[in-house]
Amino acid sequence: MTHKKKFAAFDPSKPRLTTSAMIASIAGENQPTKPAPFGNALVELAKDRPEIVGMTADLAKYTDLHIFAKAYPERFYQMGMAEQLLMASAAGMAREGFIPIATTYAVFAARRAYDFICMAIAEENLPVKIVCALPGLTTGYGPSHQATEDLAIFRGMPNLTIIDPCDALEIEQAVPAMIDHPGPVYMRLLRGNVPLVLDEYGYKFELGKAKMLRDGNDVLFISTGLMTMRTLEAAKELAKDKVDVAVLHVPTIKPLDVDAIVKASSKSGRLVVVAENHSVNGGLGEAVAASLMRSGVFPTFRHIGLPDEFLDAGALPTLHDRYGISTSAICESVKGWLQK
Amino acid sequence: MNAPILGHNRPLIKKAYEIRRTALQMGKVQGQGYIAQALDIADVLSVAYFHAMQYRPAEPEWEERDRFYLSIGHYAIGLYAALIEAGIIPREELESYGTDDSRLPMSGMAAYTPGMEITGGSLGHGLPIAIGGCLGLKVKKSKSFIYNLLSDGELGEGSTWEAAMSAAHWKLDNLIAIVDINNQQADGPSSQVLASEPVDKKFEAFGWFAQRVDGNDIDALVKAFDAARNHEHAVPRVIICDTLMGKGVPFLEARDKNHFIRVDANEWDQAIAVLDAEFAS
Repeated sequence: MTHKKKFAAFDPSKPRLTTSAMIASIAGENQPTKPAPFGNALVELAKDRPEIVGMTADLAKYTDLHIFAKAYPERFYQMGMAEQLLMASAAGMAREGFIPIATTYAVFAARRAYDFICMAIAEENLPVKIVCALPGLTTGYGPSHQATEDLAIFRGMPNLTIIDPCDALEIEQAVPAMIDHPGPVYMRLLRGNVPLVLDEYGYKFELGKAKMLRDGNDVLFISTGLMTMRTLEAAKELAKDKVDVAVLHVPTIKPLDVDAIVKASSKSGRLVVVAENHSVNGGLGEAVAASLMRSGVFPTFRHIGLPDEFLDAGALPTLHDRYGISTSAICESVKGWLQK
Repeated sequence: MNAPILGHNRPLIKKAYEIRRTALQMGKVQGQGYIAQALDIADVLSVAYFHAMQYRPAEPEWEERDRFYLSIGHYAIGLYAALIEAGIIPREELESYGTDDSRLPMSGMAAYTPGMEITGGSLGHGLPIAIGGCLGLKVKKSKSFIYNLLSDGELGEGSTWEAAMSAAHWKLDNLIAIVDINNQQADGPSSQVLASEPVDKKFEAFGWFAQRVDGNDIDALVKAFDAARNHEHAVPRVIICDTLMGKGVPFLEARDKNHFIRVDANEWDQAIAVLDAEFAS
């Protein structure tokens, strides 16, 4: 038995966007970008760090690790399309004193290789750095490639540090921080031409720290990953309607900067809106809500995230609008909540 | 080159007996344990720890040691016995086996026990971890081997075969896998749960140097370990060991075959007495 989705009849006269490339850039038109910030930062750092090795499961090109492979072919390990092997062998490398960077897509790391990351890497607190492309809704290829629940899966794993960077600047800064951290790290990767956003805010990444990027009296966005790019854009849009918006950027999902979140949420009169490129289940939103409740802070709380569904295939702009994480959709949601 | 001196392996036979005896003493302390597996693998552990492997008892993390990865965490009782006989774990600690706050938990974990290289128990991890370990050793130009003890049941895990492919791909001649074929797993005989035979031909087809021996025959094991270490081609090596659950204690050998053999409280001393008598004869 197969459950078939229901579609409207195809009308060739009606224009439609075509499905975005597998690894479509999330950059908007005319937005400044930097090419392959992860791969280039890693190559730079690895110059003086011979213990850094790159490993992948047939996705070097799609995780920007091919740049490392080209620079240091003798330190690159193509493990084949075998994610369990990738993670376990990275653990074996780490046992022998190396710092492996293991790359694949987020869906494969989270869903297929979980037990291997958990028991071979995290239980022994080994310094394996897992860097994964296509986090959340960053591909139009449907549920097989959309890691809408990776944060929910990984937040349950002890010892694992989780980073969801916003832009090229942050990725460049997160790479050395991730490698200097003594334990295992999972980083969501934006690859290819990655937007450059945070330079405008004099931003500096610190592992485990949330940063207030702009202050405002009406709304507090608490956002992570590429959604901080969106909340910053939304803040500018909402300002045109005289809505004064603050943005607290939370790139480290675990350990969570509870102090900064509670402090920002304690300021009275602000609508608190968590925005994440992830299912509403088990990600930043629930983590923030729980932290606020434990701390006895009860602001009006709203949550922008992906629905608890297997999402559609299609063009990313269509899908981001459909599921409420585009800048315009965010603005509409916030305006609706403020009117109530 | 350690040429086998067949018929002169009496010290290894004695070590195997001592490993069995120590394992039975631990089982008696806890009143339970995977004793049948410890008894079946004792001869392999004797040859590994007292013939093949390089290590320093007082320095378990010695960089030039051979590494022994125990995939099958529930065999820990057997490995603890070997580590006690090897002088890596103090003998008096056997009394703590499986008790609260012991360094000797029921399932083997790296963080708990000196000489325990990896955390086993989630099966199908040991061989792929060993791939990375062997690659790392090669970068360091180390002469050490990684031995990985896995079980026939574990051959059902797909990750084992990802690693089997990878080991040949990377020409890992510093990897020696040991497969314990006792034809028992949690739900019954391995051959009925998920047929894996012919195991030797499967490994050969994956590009390994495969040997199949009676895993309770010390002379055959010495020969196989030597051949594995000294094999001239740059390929991974596997020693497939057919073993008998409960080996060395006839009334346990004869007991209904089961993954977790029941031993009554009064039977531990009886088993030790029978083992002693068998060895003396």
